[in-house]
Amino acid sequence: MSDATFAAMRQSIIDGAPETAAELAQQSLLAGLLPLDSVNLGYVPGMHCVGEEFAQRRMFLPDMMASAEAMRAAMSVLDPELRRLGTERPRAGVVVLGTVKGDIHEIGKCLVGTLLTAHGFEVYDLGVDVSGEKFAAAIRERNADLIGMSSLLTTTMKQQRTIVEVLEKEGLRSRVKIMVGGAPVTRQWAQEIGADGYGKDAATSVALAHSLMEDASRLASMENR
Amino acid sequence: MRPRLELLDRPLLERIVAEALQLIEQPGARVSPHVVELLRDAGVQVENGVAHFPEALARKALAGVPHEFYLYSRDGQPAVHYGGEDVHFDPGSSCLNILDSETQQPRPAQAADLVRMVQLAEMLPEFAAQSTAMVCNDVPQDAGDWYRLFLVLYYSSKPVVTGAFSGPSLRAMLDLLALESGGAEALRQKPRAVFDVCPSPPLNWSDFASQNLVGLARAGVPAEIVSMPLAGATAPVTLIGSVVQHAAECISGVVIHQLACPGAPIVWGGAPAIFDMRTGVTSMGSIETAMLDLACAQVGKYLGLPTHGYLVNSDGKYLDAQAGMESGTSAVLGALGGINMISGAGMLDFVACHSLEKLVVDAEAIASAKRLIAGIEPRSDSLATAMFAKTGLSGDFLKLQETRALFRKEQHFPSAVIDRGGPSFSDGSGSAEAPDLFARAHTRVEELVAAYQRPTLDPDREQALVAFAEREGAKAGLNSLPGIAKVLA
Repeated sequence: MSDATFAAMRQSIIDGAPETAAELAQQSLLAGLLPLDSVNLGYVPGMHCVGEEFAQRRMFLPDMMASAEAMRAAMSVLDPELRRLGTERPRAGVVVLGTVKGDIHEIGKCLVGTLLTAHGFEVYDLGVDVSGEKFAAAIRERNADLIGMSSLLTTTMKQQRTIVEVLEKEGLRSRVKIMVGGAPVTRQWAQEIGADGYGKDAATSVALAHSLMEDASRLASMENR
Repeated sequence: MRPRLELLDRPLLERIVAEALQLIEQPGARVSPHVVELLRDAGVQVENGVAHFPEALARKALAGVPHEFYLYSRDGQPAVHYGGEDVHFDPGSSCLNILDSETQQPRPAQAADLVRMVQLAEMLPEFAAQSTAMVCNDVPQDAGDWYRLFLVLYYSSKPVVTGAFSGPSLRAMLDLLALESGGAEALRQKPRAVFDVCPSPPLNWSDFASQNLVGLARAGVPAEIVSMPLAGATAPVTLIGSVVQHAAECISGVVIHQLACPGAPIVWGGAPAIFDMRTGVTSMGSIETAMLDLACAQVGKYLGLPTHGYLVNSDGKYLDAQAGMESGTSAVLGALGGINMISGAGMLDFVACHSLEKLVVDAEAIASAKRLIAGIEPRSDSLATAMFAKTGLSGDFLKLQETRALFRKEQHFPSAVIDRGGPSFSDGSGSAEAPDLFARAHTRVEELVAAYQRPTLDPDREQALVAFAEREGAKAGLNSLPGIAKVLA
């Protein structure tokens, strides 16, 4: 019974069907399935499958957006129950996102936010035209692990460097991993300004965020030794 | 006949304009507080930063826009005609990187790179105008906009397609142009430059875009709306839906601009593109992007406005067959579309990287495209029979007087960049060491830059330009003039 339910949950994510995903979540609670099992055995494998299909170029961005929306719908049903039981889904990390000062293009940054949320990150989106000071305040407030800076314009890309410098000045640089992205941004640029990672698109940002979290925890465990 | 390519029929054009007019009324367009009073005075309702443009006002503004205008070269001659079916090209603008001629890898552009590109474009007749092509990484960001224009004005006499990324930049750039033209009134009479002004999709006139529209209208310097619907991301996924959004952004911009100064020159321009659904990149080289450019320009022509598009660039990273295919195809399509100014040549990698070598290759594509739109014309009373009367069936046309008299009109002769009649494998003269396209293009870049001579500039005006750059540059932290210091020394 539950195997079939988990398979249907997985499929609802692959299909990008938020109503089905939410309905299955409701049913699972009524049937007494543990919400964490539904997450880990049903919905999350669905997102993994979507990521794989996307990488293989068999699924496209609109499909992925629909899957993320289905994931959000399922989690909005399961989250209160997870909290009640004290079995909350382990957070993959806390991310603060924004499009840099002087730039108001947010599509890429929003894609990243949607996908990171679907993959278990807690995402705080600061919107557009975000200064280094705003990033710094949000890092403190949210105790962020990662920040993501986006810029679409060649002219505003340089703000990414300025923001890194602000974080250094405010003594926050070592506390967070920095991801950069946006049309004109390159790996070389990311290295040049002292960022930790570069995502060429929203899909790669998920793997990047996971790997930066691993780096951070490896570093932390080494320091604890 | 002049060959033309149209993608939209008249009923569709009417529907596009009708829906665009609906959009700017409801939901309306976001505008900056800077223009709210101007709009309210004209009867536009503005609520929470969103303006709702009445159709009658929009139609009136469109009707008042000049159908044509000229940009002038430094010597005051009309050099670029915006309007009608005239087609001109200029290099792409404001990218960060240049493909290094030696390593063939991208690296951050410097002022010296922009200078070389300006010198090159000055030597290539295929480019009717210059552009402020690169962000110079050795110039502080605050001075970047006007400094690019300063270098172009210093090294070129051609008209300039430029743009300001902030309000203060626009003022500095208009000051520079006025110094070079001999005053603000002289600049208004004979504008040397057109300024790209970009609404943010969808339907958002940001602070600096709004300010630029108003500032340019009042200065009498032409504005070029560069609307950038990204089909499937920041605009409807259908090409036609994105064309409607483009029209709505352009019309709302025209209203703001014409309210600031009725009858001021403005261009219906754009850099529309599709959003690639596999990678999320903005594809500038795809056929759909070229189709968007053509369709958007067709709407502008239908409304009687001068037009602009963004083509002749490539998503590829290197000067390879993909770059040639995408740039060459779109040069031909843009010319067939009769777009007045086509920006983009020289650019690679989704407009992130410029290449001097690509610019000379693109010039060949542009020359071919121009040959195409010159069309096939009768050159004499008989098309062929009179010539046959002289040759009979001998096949000996090379000796004919008509051949000698007409071949220059009939045939375009590409430069040595194009391999035509070079060493060949078929006759044994070719070898694997024969220069490839990049090498041939690089040779031509070197030849043209070496042959470049700086056009003369009135010494007083030159002194004024340099003094401006030194004064304003010092404020931004520049203690020399990159790209120029050596010339002065």
